Amino acid sequence: MPQRRNAGKPKVAVFKFASCDGCQLSLLDAEEELLDVAGAINIAFFPEASRRMLRGPYDIGIVEGSITTPHDVEHIRAIRKSCGALITIGACATAGGIQALRNWKDIRNFVHVVYASPEYISTLDRSLPVGSFVHVDFELRGCPINKFQLLEIINAFLNKRKPNIHTYSVCMECKIKGNNCIMVARGEPCLGPVTQSGCGAICPSFNRGCYGCFGPMESPNAPALSARLHELGQTKHDIKLAFRTFNAYADAFRKESESNEQ
Amino acid sequence: MNNPFRLTIEGLERVIMSLQQKGYDVIGPRYSDGVIVYDRIHSIDDLPAGFVDELTPGMYRLTKSGNRQFFGYTLPPQSWKRFLYPPCRELFTLRKDGRSFGLTPKEDRSPAYAFVGVRACELSAISIQDRVFSSGDYRDEAYLSVRRRNFIIAVNCSQPAETCFCTSMGTGPKAGAGFDIVLTEIINGESHYFVAEAGSDAGTSLMEGIGAGGADESDVGAADETIRKASAAVTRIMDTSDLPELLAENTDHPQWDDVAKRCLTCGNCTMVCPTCFCSTVEDRTDLAGRIAGRTRTWDSCFTMDFARVSGGNFRISGKSRYRQWLTHKLSSWVEQFGVSGCVGCGRCITWCPVGIDLTAEVGAIKRGSTKQESGGSR
Ligand code: SF4
Ligand code: SF4
Ligand code: SF4
Ligand code: SF4
Repeated sequence: MPQRRNAGKPKVAVFKFASCDGCQLSLLDAEEELLDVAGAINIAFFPEASRRMLRGPYDIGIVEGSITTPHDVEHIRAIRKSCGALITIGACATAGGIQALRNWKDIRNFVHVVYASPEYISTLDRSLPVGSFVHVDFELRGCPINKFQLLEIINAFLNKRKPNIHTYSVCMECKIKGNNCIMVARGEPCLGPVTQSGCGAICPSFNRGCYGCFGPMESPNAPALSARLHELGQTKHDIKLAFRTFNAYADAFRKESESNEQ
Repeated sequence: MNNPFRLTIEGLERVIMSLQQKGYDVIGPRYSDGVIVYDRIHSIDDLPAGFVDELTPGMYRLTKSGNRQFFGYTLPPQSWKRFLYPPCRELFTLRKDGRSFGLTPKEDRSPAYAFVGVRACELSAISIQDRVFSSGDYRDEAYLSVRRRNFIIAVNCSQPAETCFCTSMGTGPKAGAGFDIVLTEIINGESHYFVAEAGSDAGTSLMEGIGAGGADESDVGAADETIRKASAAVTRIMDTSDLPELLAENTDHPQWDDVAKRCLTCGNCTMVCPTCFCSTVEDRTDLAGRIAGRTRTWDSCFTMDFARVSGGNFRISGKSRYRQWLTHKLSSWVEQFGVSGCVGCGRCITWCPVGIDLTAEVGAIKRGSTKQESGGSR
């Protein structure tokens, strides 16, 4: 009797737009915690995980993916209306994703090259984050997101407390962990100083520079980092490409890649 | 020097063994993946023999020199703060119990640490943190308990780095106080030994316990000469005259805008600084909300959350955050604790990814002090 089992629990829905599914799968990936989560919330709509699809309204809407078509725009507006709190997850939903690389080109050219009958394609000229269209209550960064951060958001919501999600740099995480700084000790490029923490400084922990998966940190000074990367031997082209990845269209990264365009 | 000992290499091994037998967790320098780190050591074989480091603004390089010196490096990225004041510490757990709740403080299970290889500037930094955590209304009992059980073997510097400026801050390169034993490493042709001095009864009894012999005049002379040379090799200077007043009077100096253009607000400087002590507390819960816990983690005046209060944030710009850091360290710290918050170790200079150098920032403010100019055209 699922109705009674779920009585009083917050109804949660998971929606998907233009994305790879990786972020919403982190919820299923939370194997150890999954039963507890399922016990605490009523997963009412999660097509990736279950055929059970309850109608809204929902207490929490979790949205993955970027908005790329006129239909997406209508859909996200309807979702916003049906959800109490709206949480966007991942670089696609919070910054436009890797697919936002198309934002620097004329989309009509791609459509003509890729599709046999381009007239059937209805698309926006840019791939944009959900927050460009509707109010978002919390943006969870990452490509992909960190499943522990997702659990933390759900947990904080259930307990009506502030989520412990830091918006400071990856460097803070690096130093707290006791990592070696690969930029200072090896002279290798790292986007950690301008990138938001949350991954656990995975790449520096394995002696690789940060790729910026969690997007710009709270007060990014990308031009100052670029100046240093340049001294370390990176060309303007290298720097442009470094900022043009999963979070390419996030403001600070977009501006920096554009100012390194020749 | 009172009752100096001569300690052989085997003698140092016996010192480490003896500390282990006394139940200490012995922490010292060792090589790890391109850097020196302070970590658990079991014998002198763990020490980074032959490694030398080159430290300049925003750059660190470690090379193998080929000589046998155990303490030939200058400073590792992270200080002893990691052990005395760990980056994350659970404070207590709360358990819901009907209509009330029960609080269980986290038991302090930290071991008794013996540190091997503490530099003069680091001794000063530890004494500053002792002051911070023992004075006023905010005593940190966990810190103080670790410190009470702490045994310290200092090592006088022989090769200062380009980023060191302890001579300006009056903290080095010779260890002044705060150690149980201090060593000066001597390599003279074939002979390789330490001149040792005890700084506490525990230090004296340990040296006597391992049967260390006395040092003769020429040994002591060699140690003095090593320290004299090291002192002369500290080339970086911080002009400390009237420094607290200078910074307090120049909060609108244009140099703050200049440094803000370069500063990444990444927080590395505060993380590596051996005196920085700021932290935040975070509350966690289990999903059902029956168990809650509070954790303390390192924080930094460079993060946005740090100055966020009800109603807003009083330090939004990078400029105000860098200024907070430098003026606290070198000016208001003196007011607060009676000492400077900087010991001249140079870590913040080396580990700043863009090589921002506080001695240069202070120099620029001094040159263009708005106070000096106040009688002039501006
Ligand atoms: S490795 Fe990168 S992220 Fe880590 S401290 Fe250095 S610059 Fe920052
Ligand atoms: S600052 Fe002075 S005491 Fe500290 S490591 Fe450098 S030379 Fe030694
Ligand atoms: S401010 Fe810099 S030089 Fe001074 S003690 Fe801290 S890290 Fe060392
Ligand atoms: S001074 Fe350097 S290390 Fe400190 S916050 Fe600024 S860029 Fe980071």
